[in-house]
Amino acid sequence: MTTDAPGEALEVEFREASKRYPGAERLAVERLSLDVPSGEICVLVGPSGCGKTTAMRMANRMVEITEGDVVIGGRSVRERSPSQLRREVGYVIQQIGLFPHRTIADNVATVPRLLGWNRERTAARVEELLALIGLDPELAERYPAQLSGGQQQRVGVARALAANPGVMLMDEPFGAVDPINRERLQNEFLRLQAELGKTILFVTHDIDEAIKMGDRIAIMREGGKLAQYATPAELLMAPADGFVEDFVGADRALKRLALMRVGDVDLWQAPLAHVGQASGEVRRKLVGAEVPYALVIDSERRPLGWLSDADLARETVPARRVASADPILDVGDVMRDALSDLLQAETQYAPVVDGGGRIAGVLSVEIISEFLSSDEALVEEHPAAERPHA
Amino acid sequence: MLVALATLAPIAQGSGGFVREPDDAATNCVAENTTVCVGWAIDNIDRYVTPTLQHLEMVVLSVVFGFAIAFAMALLSHRRRWLVPGFTGVTGVLYTLPSIALFSLLLPVTGRGTATAVIALTLYTLQIIYRNIVTGLSNVPGEARDAGRGMGMTDRQLLWRVELPLAVPEIVAGLRIATVSTVAIATLAIFAGAGGLGAEIYNNITFKTGIVVCGAIAIAMAIVLDALLFLAQARLVRWRRQTPTVAGPPGRFAGFFRRLLGPIGARP
Repeated sequence: MTTDAPGEALEVEFREASKRYPGAERLAVERLSLDVPSGEICVLVGPSGCGKTTAMRMANRMVEITEGDVVIGGRSVRERSPSQLRREVGYVIQQIGLFPHRTIADNVATVPRLLGWNRERTAARVEELLALIGLDPELAERYPAQLSGGQQQRVGVARALAANPGVMLMDEPFGAVDPINRERLQNEFLRLQAELGKTILFVTHDIDEAIKMGDRIAIMREGGKLAQYATPAELLMAPADGFVEDFVGADRALKRLALMRVGDVDLWQAPLAHVGQASGEVRRKLVGAEVPYALVIDSERRPLGWLSDADLARETVPARRVASADPILDVGDVMRDALSDLLQAETQYAPVVDGGGRIAGVLSVEIISEFLSSDEALVEEHPAAERPHA
Repeated sequence: MLVALATLAPIAQGSGGFVREPDDAATNCVAENTTVCVGWAIDNIDRYVTPTLQHLEMVVLSVVFGFAIAFAMALLSHRRRWLVPGFTGVTGVLYTLPSIALFSLLLPVTGRGTATAVIALTLYTLQIIYRNIVTGLSNVPGEARDAGRGMGMTDRQLLWRVELPLAVPEIVAGLRIATVSTVAIATLAIFAGAGGLGAEIYNNITFKTGIVVCGAIAIAMAIVLDALLFLAQARLVRWRRQTPTVAGPPGRFAGFFRRLLGPIGARP
């Protein structure tokens, strides 16, 4: 790490890595094999005592590996001294762990100083990072106790990023933040990660956080065993065993909705009508249609509203309608939010528009429930990820 | 104990009594020796300068040496926790030795004088200072230590950059207790043949005004040294007095208190 240019994200591989604490009968981590492609977030999740933190800490040798190896960017972590290695691997610790006796700027400058950067370079980097995390530069000279929990958490991330590590370890990074701020910080971090593209090992005990943050999720069970390693979608659709199924939770079907967008399913089509069109024409289209109501659209194909039986009793389609088209959904909307919109509006159908506001189809509650009961089709869409110990 | 006193007393007598100056009201007051003679004390304050400086010298030297030794012991036992009970035990035994007994043990080796007194007083400070450094280091929040290590600090860097700075409040607290108690115990240095306020009291043990003046000087010395250490601590642990600014808008007295506290709280 000798430049300020973004450190290249590195692949992280656990190769049958095991940990046995001296005197302990059981292994804390048992022959863990994981392959985290560069630039991805791998979430280690599991009940407390499952060895997820121990596993993560093997990657920066905060926990020494008993057997097997962890390889970062093709080099074994054992090739460097622990302190050398740790300066090259970002670390966001549980409870944030800012140094209370150092100012925010000094906290962020920790690793650059250990690496012997000069004053100007360190100061420039600190300034850059505070801007990156959106912290008021005035706070740089404050002490951690003077900042809110959310601000401290961001500083913790900035400190880990200071020397541009290719790999970051994050140990329950949002655990010390209240639930309302947690969601905001998670989103903020995902935006940051989209920009930085670091390889990240992320530990949490919260399956919802894992599903939200992870490109891949490693579910661990007691005794440091890997229960399943898969993408979030694959995990929800095809839990490897009863343990994973239980851990993921009974509402996993609903959780899956959070992972997909309205445009991902086959939408229904409603008969379309224009203002002034002959009603007889519309009534004929309604026979045998997927959606038993006709939707009025304008000349730009934007939905205007639904036609009622009373509307259709007239000679032509009237300009004024009883039923509005709301809620109008977008193909990019998250399915879970779309379902919530449908339920809230107490309606069966909602028109879905594309990016230009033109009608793309109709989403119905029925489509969603059919989708939830048909796992097979989706498994094909996402090829099965590796599933050891299956 | 009485035997020890009896054998040590002749040594102390050597310093000689005080000369009563021929003066009017003050002389009468001193001659009667029933109350504290304020006028005499003011006129004769000069005679207490030398004992006070001797006393101060013993206290400062003892605390400085005591700190140096206790600090070294604390660093030695920091990564070798098994040493802590041993060190605590040894310093504890030293602390409970009667000072007069300790002086008489040292006298044949180091002879009469300040050196003997300082050696004994130094040994007395070890227990308090050592225990406070150890406590301070072990009270360092685990996550700060974990963060330091996780950022790639070596043991030495962790100690000097994280652990010791965070232990400063406890370390200074130990120094303050040690200093104040040494001011008191140093009055017994007379039995080691050293000067100081103790010698002044002992040599004129029947003179009420002298005893009160010496006592007042000792108290003042303790208060001043304690205050100096407190100010040193306030400068070293500025981070600790900072209160969160997110608590809400400042009350209407905030400005007033800030101005009041300004000289202490202000940054250089």
